[in-house]
Amino acid sequence: MTLSVDINHRLAGFAVEAKFESAGRLTALFGPSGSGKSTLINLIAGLIRPDKGRIAVDGRVLVDTEARTFVPMHRRRIGMVFQDARLFPHMSVAGNLRYGRWFTPASERYAKMDAVVDLLGIGHLLDRRPAKLSGGEKQRVAIGRALLASPNLLLMDEPLAALDEARKAEILPYIERLRDETKIPIVYVSHSIAEVARLASDVVVLSQGKVAAAGPTEAIMQRLDLLPAEERGEGGAVLDTKVLRHDEAFGMTLLTSAAGEIRVPKLAMAAGAPVRIRIRARDVMIATERPAGLSALNILAGTITAVRPGIGPTVEIAIDCNGAIVLARITEQSKHTLRLALGQQVFAVIKTVSFDSATTGAGLPVEADG
Amino acid sequence: MNWLLDLTPDEWNAVRLSIKVATVAMIASVPPGILLALLLARGRFWGKTLLNGLVHLPLILPPVVTGYLLLLTFGRRGPAGAFLAEHFGIVFSFRWTGAALACGVMGFPLMVRAIRLSIEAVDRRIEAAAGTLGANPLWVFATITLPLILPGLIAGAILSFAKAMGEFGATITFVSNIPNETQTLPSAIYTFTQVPGGDAGALRLTLISIVISMAALIASEVLARRVGRRMDIE
Repeated sequence: MTLSVDINHRLAGFAVEAKFESAGRLTALFGPSGSGKSTLINLIAGLIRPDKGRIAVDGRVLVDTEARTFVPMHRRRIGMVFQDARLFPHMSVAGNLRYGRWFTPASERYAKMDAVVDLLGIGHLLDRRPAKLSGGEKQRVAIGRALLASPNLLLMDEPLAALDEARKAEILPYIERLRDETKIPIVYVSHSIAEVARLASDVVVLSQGKVAAAGPTEAIMQRLDLLPAEERGEGGAVLDTKVLRHDEAFGMTLLTSAAGEIRVPKLAMAAGAPVRIRIRARDVMIATERPAGLSALNILAGTITAVRPGIGPTVEIAIDCNGAIVLARITEQSKHTLRLALGQQVFAVIKTVSFDSATTGAGLPVEADG
Repeated sequence: MNWLLDLTPDEWNAVRLSIKVATVAMIASVPPGILLALLLARGRFWGKTLLNGLVHLPLILPPVVTGYLLLLTFGRRGPAGAFLAEHFGIVFSFRWTGAALACGVMGFPLMVRAIRLSIEAVDRRIEAAAGTLGANPLWVFATITLPLILPGLIAGAILSFAKAMGEFGATITFVSNIPNETQTLPSAIYTFTQVPGGDAGALRLTLISIVISMAALIASEVLARRVGRRMDIE
């Protein structure tokens, strides 16, 4: 799937001028509120008409103001999950799920009711009314409803923003499964680093209606300068790892990555399962010699490949650990004292307890082997 | 109790006719009522205020004036009346159909108001969600909007029915007071009050009209509650 967007749209006192292409499994539109990401996703869905521009999915033109093409939303076959689930209050959960099927030509119905219900764990809710569901359940049903219309592209507009942390943790694994077990490309709007780092294969960073950067998640996440100020503290390297084994005695999980072994608090995942972790730059210490007599359990050897000014009296240091980049944020003073320089051999030190469910993902609550 | 149900054939006819007229007036008002309510709730066009005023006119004009205007327009020689009689064979003047038209027109503002309010209460974002699932605007209306406004629609329909049951001025002006053809309950009661010794008949019909109106009201309550329970709107 290739999504190509090149649009120019004016709103009251604000303009969205965005041009990007993405072919990722899950493309995140990332930026602070007011950066135009929701406008952009509404344009792709066909909920609003752009002043100027062109949007195409896999070469199928959805909007082209020059050619006067505008495919109305009900013919786009693009699923949408809204921040507020927007379930139909007068239908049961099953009725909501079945709704899109009616309007999908039989030959294009690839989504199976049972499979989707299983995927989202909503089998026990089918007879209920939306008013009787919790926020997290509503959102899972909304995802199922969009999937069962057999869309060519799934848009998710901050689907977790209205939920509390516990509910978020409940839904994230389902979105991961959606990304990994179905073939539908997803465009995911979010202002949360934790969600983007965990879910996205590609990121488009938006700032004041314009594309500030676009590319693979690992590359974009290293650009701490792209992050909105309130999320800078959450910024850091994203690392793809695998579960090696669990250390039951100490309640830890050992992960393997290109950078080396990493110990994190115990995850509810089976050995061999892929885990994407985020190492906050503020949680990384730098040592010029391999430290001894230290409580921190993770010590990764690497080479400094970049030194960039950070916010205030800090610097951001990129360390190449055997091909995987780890970012560290330290004070100007530490950099000066340690005489850190490009190409220098250093050790990145990360405490195991600095990892939490927001940076490791909690894993599916029930099916640990999923 | 017996004297209450011991109606003369003419009185029975008045009861039956009233129910028929009110039912037809109500049913015939529903489609244009929904259309106008939609237009007024969501339309953005020049002259909307004017249209709104026009719809509400029967509510503020003296019923006699409305009846007279109907007579001028839908009477034998009125422009609309002549056209309908010639092309469709529909005649209003001095027929029960004319009574239904007069009652429908008089109850129309009440119905439009009730439906309009419930349309304005519908969350349009839910309709947009249906659109993204592949439903075209017509389907969205039929499967989302219509079920969501059903309580308002029922309320409006019952209001229109009740108004039709009690309509007097416009009906008598437009189609007169002909027993078995246009003599509805209020007209019959009026006739009784005009003749000596008609008190018993007037009282009987008055009580019957109270019973019918109450029954309609209770039916609408029960229906609306059942629909409301089925919907469980947050």
